[in-house]
Amino acid sequence: MIRFSNVTKVYTRGQRPALDHVTLEIERGEFAFLVGASGSGKSTMLALVLRQERASSGTVYVLGQDVSTLADRKVPFFRRQIGVVFQDFRLLENKTVFENVAFAMQVIGQPRHSILSVVPDVLSLVGLDGMGKRLPHELSGGEQQRVAIARAVVNRPQVLLADEPTGNLDPLTSEGIMAVLDRVNQTGTTVVMATHDVGLVNEMRRRVIELVDGAIVRDESGGRYGAGYVGGGRRP
Amino acid sequence: MRFWFVLTEIAAGFRRNMTMISAVILVTFVSLASVGSALLLQMQIDKLRGEWYGKVEVSIWLCPVQQLGGEVCVDGPVTQDQQDAIEARLKSEELSPYVADYTVETPDEVYADLQDSFSDADWTGGVTVDALPPVIHVKLVNPEDYQVVEEAVNGQPGVYLVRDQSELLSPLFDILAKGQVAALAVAGVLMVAAILLITTTIRLSAMSRQKETGIMRLVGASNLFIQLPFMLEGAVAALLGSVLSVAALWLVGKFWLVGWMSESFGTLLSRVNVSDVFVVAPWLMLLAVVLAALSSVLTLRRFTKV
Repeated sequence: MIRFSNVTKVYTRGQRPALDHVTLEIERGEFAFLVGASGSGKSTMLALVLRQERASSGTVYVLGQDVSTLADRKVPFFRRQIGVVFQDFRLLENKTVFENVAFAMQVIGQPRHSILSVVPDVLSLVGLDGMGKRLPHELSGGEQQRVAIARAVVNRPQVLLADEPTGNLDPLTSEGIMAVLDRVNQTGTTVVMATHDVGLVNEMRRRVIELVDGAIVRDESGGRYGAGYVGGGRRP
Repeated sequence: MRFWFVLTEIAAGFRRNMTMISAVILVTFVSLASVGSALLLQMQIDKLRGEWYGKVEVSIWLCPVQQLGGEVCVDGPVTQDQQDAIEARLKSEELSPYVADYTVETPDEVYADLQDSFSDADWTGGVTVDALPPVIHVKLVNPEDYQVVEEAVNGQPGVYLVRDQSELLSPLFDILAKGQVAALAVAGVLMVAAILLITTTIRLSAMSRQKETGIMRLVGASNLFIQLPFMLEGAVAALLGSVLSVAALWLVGKFWLVGWMSESFGTLLSRVNVSDVFVVAPWLMLLAVVLAALSSVLTLRRFTKV
């Protein structure tokens, strides 16, 4: 589903690489955590998967395609198979919950009748039944993130990328979000979540890929947040 | 669905960007109005040229009986042989491509003409038939080829002088042509301003909707779909400007050209009229769309990054 083969990413020539010879494979239907301190390369990995960035060397395969050779004009169609969620939700303030989710379908040209039938289902999946008419500012942070997740999965992507989705939320709300992501995963969607929330990772007991300075230092299924990881600092 | 979506996006862009959009409309309006004026002026020039040059002719005055002194006609009045030679020259292979037709007016006819045209003037009484030369009136295929005929005929035995009536018209056309150049120059400067303004408007609009376009890009909306509302926004504003310019030209045509000019000049001048405005109109609208498209390309290249 997602395969990194000896991938290096250098943003500025002469600087330390953001990713350093990373090789990795994530299978269909998996739920994987990317953990590590800020600047360890988690977001770079997600950007490479989304083809927002291109690898400096090595190849990145997503859904069977080498994304570095993907033509620019094909990128939009490629992205329709991938959903993304961010720490800051990125909802449109002047649109209702329903419209925010419907927006993702409108802009790729989905017909009206399918929008009307799909959006309520997805809102129900993320636990926002009956809140379609609310505006984002009327919602709590957790609810806003649920809207963002609904928008990310409404086009039934095969992969869901989540970049620190609980970064702005309290622990209890975060658990709720994790439950939603878990539910999305249960529908067969591969979920890759970058985080440094120790508690959540330990509780979920899923695959954990740990990055330090752009290199994978640990990759274990059913893992915990790194044993050597102490309070957000880097390993010595 | 998509169509309505794009429409609502454009409407939203207009609401958000009202002042800039108004500026775009006004600048395109004024610039296209000057382009339109220049085009109408050109049509006016063409009409006058066609009408007046169609009437003008080259007159070859032959030597009269009366002695003139100076260097011409030293051999006395034109002889029949000389006149035949000149006529043969006009019919020759060298000149026939330029000469449409010619007529010969005898001194008697010239005299009658003179009496007719200037019957009120007292100086005509002193003119005798003897003093008048025969005149050959030459109609040219193209009035601008006057030089060719003049060079071929002038200085021939029996020729007194060659006159081109179109010479009298050239100062007028000079003035009209200068006016046209001025209108085009103003139009050029204003069009550059229009492009810059449309560019800025599109950029502002795109910036104010960065969050939306960012989301669109993430969920896989195509580049064209993302850019279309911005492009159309510029295009619609420019088109509105062109509609205003057509309306303005029409008003000027109706109330100034037809109203005032008719009163002042009557039917003396054939003029561009209101219907000519509608000949120019499609070109102005096309120009507006080209302006907007050019600006879009300039601006949105930056936004095509995936």
